[in-house]
Amino acid sequence: MFKPYSALALAQHALSPERPWPRAWRAPEPKSSYDAIIIGGGGHGLATAYYLAKNHGMRNVAVLERAYIGSGNVGRNTTLIRSNYVIDGNTQFFEHSLKLWEGLSHELNFNCMVSHRGQIVLATSPVQLDTYARRGNIMRLNGIDAELLDRGQVMALLPYLDYSKDARWPIWGGILQGRAGSVRHDAVAWGYARAADTLGVDIIENCEVEGFIMDEGKAVGVETSRGRILGGKIGIAVAGHSSHVAKMAGLSLPIESHILQAFVTEPVKPMVHHVVSWGAELFYLSQSDKGGMVFGGHIDGFNTYTQRGQFPRIQTVAECAVSLLPFMSKLRLLRHWGGIMDMTPDGSPFICRTDIRNLYFNGGWCYQGFKATPASGWTFAHTIAHDEEHELNRCYALDRFEKGRELDDYGIGNWTYKQ
Amino acid sequence: MRIPCPHCGERDVSEFRYGGDATKTRPKHGEGDLKAWHDYYFLFDNPKGPHTEYWQHVLGCRHWFKLSRNTATNEIGEAS
Ligand SMILES: Cc1cc2nc3c(=O)[nH]c(=O)nc-3n(C[C@H](O)[C@H](O)[C@H](O)COP(=O)(O)OP(=O)(O)OC[C@H]3O[C@@H](n4cnc5c(N)ncnc54)[C@H](O)[C@@H]3O)c2cc1C
Ligand SMILES: [Zn+2]
Repeated sequence: MFKPYSALALAQHALSPERPWPRAWRAPEPKSSYDAIIIGGGGHGLATAYYLAKNHGMRNVAVLERAYIGSGNVGRNTTLIRSNYVIDGNTQFFEHSLKLWEGLSHELNFNCMVSHRGQIVLATSPVQLDTYARRGNIMRLNGIDAELLDRGQVMALLPYLDYSKDARWPIWGGILQGRAGSVRHDAVAWGYARAADTLGVDIIENCEVEGFIMDEGKAVGVETSRGRILGGKIGIAVAGHSSHVAKMAGLSLPIESHILQAFVTEPVKPMVHHVVSWGAELFYLSQSDKGGMVFGGHIDGFNTYTQRGQFPRIQTVAECAVSLLPFMSKLRLLRHWGGIMDMTPDGSPFICRTDIRNLYFNGGWCYQGFKATPASGWTFAHTIAHDEEHELNRCYALDRFEKGRELDDYGIGNWTYKQ
Repeated sequence: MRIPCPHCGERDVSEFRYGGDATKTRPKHGEGDLKAWHDYYFLFDNPKGPHTEYWQHVLGCRHWFKLSRNTATNEIGEAS
């Protein structure tokens, strides 16, 4: 169905370099109206458009992206995927996502470099290890792979941690999810964009939504930097800019926009073969295919739309890296960057209808939106096509705080990053 | 980023803790229905642009104060 990318095509292009590869997706002029408009061409917006076309037969669809495809968080995240959640709703949703990741490269005919290298979350106290035993039991009861590791097993898999007598963080053990891992993030954006385009979706770049057109309380279109576009149904999927865009439709959201930074070192030979993380500081690290150590920690802690991180956070994350993995002190930082994330009170997202008819909302992804990309698009497309939530995203409604249905996976209360 | 504490003067952001939007009014105790409390506690204007917010000088004089800052640029304005 798609223009095939294959070994044969690769060989043909190698032999005849005068014929360049065709564009991966068209660059159409916006039409005056569509059956559905998706605002935001990040991972979630593109996946939504793809599943609208593929699963629900809606092909007269546009994705409106303010800048270029891949310029948002889909190209800024640290690419970790996993499904080690404890609360019903989150558990099933993120496991559905992991299952979609497993077949994604074939589905899209685009090598997303999905690597199930496994994630090990370290326990640095016996109490932490007990909570991981509980987490693992919940996962296994839901048919998700999880393995509790003792100190010796962690030593065998991660020999480079600090196991000395006076280590700052003594390693008591950990929990391993073997199917967790990492994916090449921009390939996900390009793969979904190309696959959606092939099914007829118009991907319109450099097209910023500046307002909504309402008719008798219904959303019927958008004003954009490239003119007015009407839409039968309109979905918002703009990640860190959720409040900003929703406000144009008169909606207030339980969201604040915060910056999260990430870091990569100079490349070295393969050494870290898993994703290593440590819940207490939200610290995590993996080694990229190019050899750099990719790592990060908490958000900076105050709301901002600037993609510029503050120095104190760099320092804390670096301290964390060096105290857990002493070799990190020898590596130089190559790059660091930031992305704006929409943080919610309970740390869980929204995929739902809104109070405005024909207007749908996808956002509030906090730290975890990349791993969610396939399931987010899959369920958001269902919600838009059927004007009803799918069983998998029924828990992600905007009114869950009024109804007492919070999804606080860490069990530490609201707005924890402000406490 | 450096923040002007009204008591201690300009100091590094690492000495401060962010306290959120300072323009919301909390319903009086015993008043307001659940909706009013929900909106006060959970909903945020979260503007891209000028913002008035609370900060506390935790590693200094520990005063709470209001600061105006532009969330699109991090440009710092008045503190009071
Ligand atoms: C440093 C960092 C590390 C992260 N690491 C991980 C990780 O390891 N694992 C994980 O699961 N998640 C991670 N995340 C979170 C994840 O990246 C995001 O939750 C997710 O990418 C958000 O969805 P998206 O891809 O659709 O966002 P985006 O790619 O940001 O897409 C939103 C798009 O909307 C566009 N837009 C905004 N306003 C408008 C407008 N008015 N009109 C038109 N278009 C508009 C933007 O230009 C943007 O392209 C990380 C985030 C950051 C910042
Ligand atoms: Zn002070």
